Amino acid sequence: MSMFECFDPRQGKVLRLLDETGRLHAPPHGFSLLSDEQALTSYRAMILARAADEWALSLNRQGRMPTYALNEGQEANSVGALMALRPDDWFVPAFRELGGMLMRGLTLEQYYLYWHGNEEGSRLAPETFHMMPVAIPVGSQMVHAVGIAWAERYKGNERVVTTFMGEGATSEGDFHEACNLAGVWKAAVVFYVQNNHWAISLPWEKQSASPTAAEKAFAYGFEGVRIDGNDIFAVYAAVKAAAERARRGEGPTLIEGLTYRLGAHTTSDDPTRYRSEEDVKRWRLRDPVTRLERFLLAREILTSEDMRAIREESVTWARKSFEAAEHTPDPTLEDTFRYLYHEMPPILQEQMARRKG
Amino acid sequence: MRVLTLLEAVTDGLRAEMMADTSVVVFGQDVGVEGGVFRATAGLQKEFGESRCFDTPLVESGIVGAAIGMAVAGLRPVVEIQFSGFVLSAFNQIVNHAARIRNRTRGSLSAPMVIRTPYGGGIRAPEHHSESMEALFGHTPGLKVVVPSTPHDAKGLLISAIRDPDPVIFLEPARAYRAVRQQVSEASYAIPIGKAKIEEPGTDLTLVSYGAQMMEARQARAALAAEGHSAELIDLRTIYPFDAKTVVESVRKTGRLLVVHEGPQSFGVASELIATVLDKAFDALEAPPSRLTGPDVIVPLPRGEKHYLISAQQVVAEARKVLSYEP
Repeated sequence: MSMFECFDPRQGKVLRLLDETGRLHAPPHGFSLLSDEQALTSYRAMILARAADEWALSLNRQGRMPTYALNEGQEANSVGALMALRPDDWFVPAFRELGGMLMRGLTLEQYYLYWHGNEEGSRLAPETFHMMPVAIPVGSQMVHAVGIAWAERYKGNERVVTTFMGEGATSEGDFHEACNLAGVWKAAVVFYVQNNHWAISLPWEKQSASPTAAEKAFAYGFEGVRIDGNDIFAVYAAVKAAAERARRGEGPTLIEGLTYRLGAHTTSDDPTRYRSEEDVKRWRLRDPVTRLERFLLAREILTSEDMRAIREESVTWARKSFEAAEHTPDPTLEDTFRYLYHEMPPILQEQMARRKG
Repeated sequence: MRVLTLLEAVTDGLRAEMMADTSVVVFGQDVGVEGGVFRATAGLQKEFGESRCFDTPLVESGIVGAAIGMAVAGLRPVVEIQFSGFVLSAFNQIVNHAARIRNRTRGSLSAPMVIRTPYGGGIRAPEHHSESMEALFGHTPGLKVVVPSTPHDAKGLLISAIRDPDPVIFLEPARAYRAVRQQVSEASYAIPIGKAKIEEPGTDLTLVSYGAQMMEARQARAALAAEGHSAELIDLRTIYPFDAKTVVESVRKTGRLLVVHEGPQSFGVASELIATVLDKAFDALEAPPSRLTGPDVIVPLPRGEKHYLISAQQVVAEARKVLSYEP
């Protein structure tokens, strides 16, 4: 019997632990709760991600930041998931998981460097990060997660792989192939779908005729569950349960986190063309940060002053990080050529010499 | 006549053919309600309805595959792939089916369709948004590959592409979308595929380019003229089947050839043109033909793009070398 059984998405069930007033409900049997300390760590990561986004958006409007993908409103998803993973479990992101990437040890400076247009931002040491870089082609990263899981099992490791995607990615052929492979191989993968309701201008109703993304899992022979993705406790509980199942060799799980992209798709997008302000307002009331703040206040883990201080620290850190990224030297001509191959072939050496003039 | 950007001219061409032919349907990601991320299909859904211009889920392979089915069944689909790099998710359908259905069925079925996609660098975009993949498509038997560089040509070539009986990859230079403006006729007109355009006649050097790179080629031609060199500037316009005749005749006149393009060098368009000139006009050459292209590297992110893109100064410098060559 699986823990997810009482949350069958086909029966309209959604796992939610922390309600919009900040009240925490007792978890169903077998699900874990974030400790106060973990809740605080999560809060800090979410606030930093939000401050980073706000600063990036403002820099973009000043012409100092190229196209940037915004995370606002979705922070609880990747932060909660990373909270639930062991340090050597793998994280395979898409491109809207800033909080999770920060928790994995990526610096904000590096993240900014990437979006600022410098490949150095994706320099990742696999042995320290256990993380793949940002994947832009929608859905293409999911199959990598299955391969990583296979390799870790082959090496005798009990590592779990959590991969993130948007709900739009579940339409891509790669989603089908990844889920199918993971099901057949009983791969230790957690597929986390951030259903933020909009794939640029396309709403879920036009993305899929399936009522939920979660129920697609059943056709591949594993379970899918819907959770409130703006509830950090639900995210943590679901990913933890799915990861532990995977670790026990019981195969993959698909988690659909219901969330909302409060901002634009990227800084190049204008969402007023395709969605209503009322829709956005409704979701603002379910903001994952506000909800967690209510909880932290009620529990007396933080005071309002503490929160203000954390926000200010985060804003300062975002500004410092961006400044450092902006002042990092541009890639050199050699950098453009040197990473194509382990050893640079003569033809590339020749082309590089010609470019040098 | 009114002044349009290259982007607006694309929309104008789509509208003209949608008005002229009810079998023309336009679809892809965000092309309907939003009117495309670059706004190339702006207003078309409103004007022609949701059955003529519509959004699809995130399914690049599905978009191209469905277009093949529609084309086989008698429609004229024009699909948009949002950015060049995402074309690769549909590569299987393009290469294995769109390009082959006519040959496979000995001409009994065909796939008259257009795949539009913005391409090329210089727009400070994230990864997979800046590639130049014309050579990949040019290397695929069964496809036609078209690249406009001006608003007038964008409209006329797009209309030809839609009317063409075979699949056409229509590569739109993203960097030129809003940078190039020109008077464009309100009337519908077709510019033939497979014909290059001598944009400026000249006597000393044949300078060939296409797409966004034409912007630097034009500047370079002007700079060379100021130095007293007369370069004949040719906009190739069609990558496949390319207009060998115009290029060869020009080289017969000038004796010198420089081909400039943004895409990588190896197995690229410049290499093909030069090989053709060596075949057909070897005796007329007064200097080794030269190619100035992107290097064989991944297009860098914005802060490294300067190491990749070709400036007008670089074109001038290379042209001087070709012009001053003496055996």
